[in-house]
Amino acid sequence: MLKAKRRKISELQLQAEKIRKRVVEIIFSSKSGHIGGSLSSVEIETVLYFHVMNIDPANPNKETRDRFILSKGHSVEALYSVLAARGFIDDGILNTYGQYKSILEGHPTKKVSGVEHNSGALGHGLSVGVGIAIASKMDKKTFRTYVLMGDGEQGEGSVYEAAISASHYQLDNLVAVIDRNELQISGMTEEVMSLEPMRERWEAFGWEVFNVDGNDITVLMDVFDKLDYNNKKPKLIIAFTTKGCGISFMEKVASWHHGVVNEEQYKEAIKEINERIRNLIERNKEYE
Amino acid sequence: MNKRNTIPCRKMFTDTLLELAKQNRNIVTVTTDARGSATLNSFAKELPDQFVELGIQEQNAIGVAAGLASAGKKTFVCGPACFYTARALEQVKVDIAYSANPVKILGVSGGVSYGALGYTHHSLHDIAVLRTFPGMHIVLPCDIYQTKKLVPELVDFSNPVYIRLGRNPVPNVYDDENIKFQIGKANILLDGNDIALIGTGETVYHCLQAGKNLQSHGIMARVIDMHTLKPIDRKIVEKAARETKGIITVEEHSIFGGLGGAVAEIVTQVHPVPMRILGIPDEFVVHGTPLEVFKHYGIESKGIFEVALNFINSNGILK
Repeated sequence: MLKAKRRKISELQLQAEKIRKRVVEIIFSSKSGHIGGSLSSVEIETVLYFHVMNIDPANPNKETRDRFILSKGHSVEALYSVLAARGFIDDGILNTYGQYKSILEGHPTKKVSGVEHNSGALGHGLSVGVGIAIASKMDKKTFRTYVLMGDGEQGEGSVYEAAISASHYQLDNLVAVIDRNELQISGMTEEVMSLEPMRERWEAFGWEVFNVDGNDITVLMDVFDKLDYNNKKPKLIIAFTTKGCGISFMEKVASWHHGVVNEEQYKEAIKEINERIRNLIERNKEYE
Repeated sequence: MNKRNTIPCRKMFTDTLLELAKQNRNIVTVTTDARGSATLNSFAKELPDQFVELGIQEQNAIGVAAGLASAGKKTFVCGPACFYTARALEQVKVDIAYSANPVKILGVSGGVSYGALGYTHHSLHDIAVLRTFPGMHIVLPCDIYQTKKLVPELVDFSNPVYIRLGRNPVPNVYDDENIKFQIGKANILLDGNDIALIGTGETVYHCLQAGKNLQSHGIMARVIDMHTLKPIDRKIVEKAARETKGIITVEEHSIFGGLGGAVAEIVTQVHPVPMRILGIPDEFVVHGTPLEVFKHYGIESKGIFEVALNFINSNGILK
């Protein structure tokens, strides 16, 4: 692997950990939020915002920008933290999350620079993404649309209406990602309402599907880098992730879907993240 | 006044839109296997690149329309009112209203237009529900001329708008298309200070007929065409409350939360006067053609006239 690429990977890993830390901080200070699914999606959004998407924080409404829609709107703490890290919003605003009259509500709204769509009700984002992707095709534009869904969200029938229409209109400029952390609020997805065989179902709808490790920056960069945006097929990346990823006591525990850390847990979580951040900073020195 | 008309308002709407769309490639229509009932066949044929067919997917259609609008398209999603305002209601709420995507929803065959097809196909809740979504506008044109005036206003209109039209041709209320029309500004069709009859959509014609009949009996009825239900023309309602002795509202909608509710919200807080709210009562609609249904519930000209006489007598309005 080229040194430049190793360096980029290492930088994004560090960025992801910093974002993870902000997620824990704002949920601790506001005493609310959806921490499990925010933590599982940190690497996906970091790679999209720092590697994949053509975006400009100084010009957030530029017509040619790539679009990102967080269909699993409850994972908003990750999105806000990514938008702050990428320069769309001031990092200081993050501390108002959950407060009276803050622009940072518990689900994304367009009041926040960089947010494309108000979400929070599940099963909506992919349809909106289909509409944007059709508009892009109509105008012969080259921007792309990315939609992040939850795996529990796959229970919503409207997702499959959107899936059918995306393949009917051969929307190869549309990329959906499923944060496949295998947990929803009541327990394992396969026990609550089985979603498998997920890959085969989406392939049957005419989508090109990739199964990847969704918490691995290297793997995520690779899969996005290799997407063919001219093959007349919409793309789905099933990103296998760990709910609560990066905080040992939260990982794979359903109750951390919207759990709030107490003082002791907060310190433990930050300690774990800080240790990884220190190691990554050390490693990044090798590339200087 | 030329009452004879064979063109349904939905056709006037889509024909007008097609002409505008030929000059503006940003105008896009979306439908759900309803190009026939929404009279989009010509549009689909002549401007296929500005037409999005989604099959029987109302929820997806509203979401897709929101996405198209967010990417700058002047988007009209056209299909049966009953499905867009019930099955796809959450998409209307979140993806259009809350996300401030200025989609125009053309709900065709609204109210009891489908007549004998029954309750699944009626939309008698739509005004009540959509009125509670901030930013949403609601317009019910009463005839082809008003419909024709409305369409160009909608193209660049910055808010989402729900337009409800009936299925069948309706008698003309206006003489021609050279009429005043402004979204949010109601029209007085007949003046008088005894009572006010306020209609919307297809009931406007019936209110006008009833009003004329009342005037011929010496009762000076004011008739108001409340084409825009949200934002409602508060001034014209307040004026009617202050200048007349009672108000009767007539709507092809549930008696709960529609035109009558909207008018009562103003009247009761500004200048209370006796009111009657005519519409579909709290029951599943009787089986019949639209006109039979109108007559059954007394929301056609004769029924309105009779209710008005009774209302005047029981409230001692002419004493």
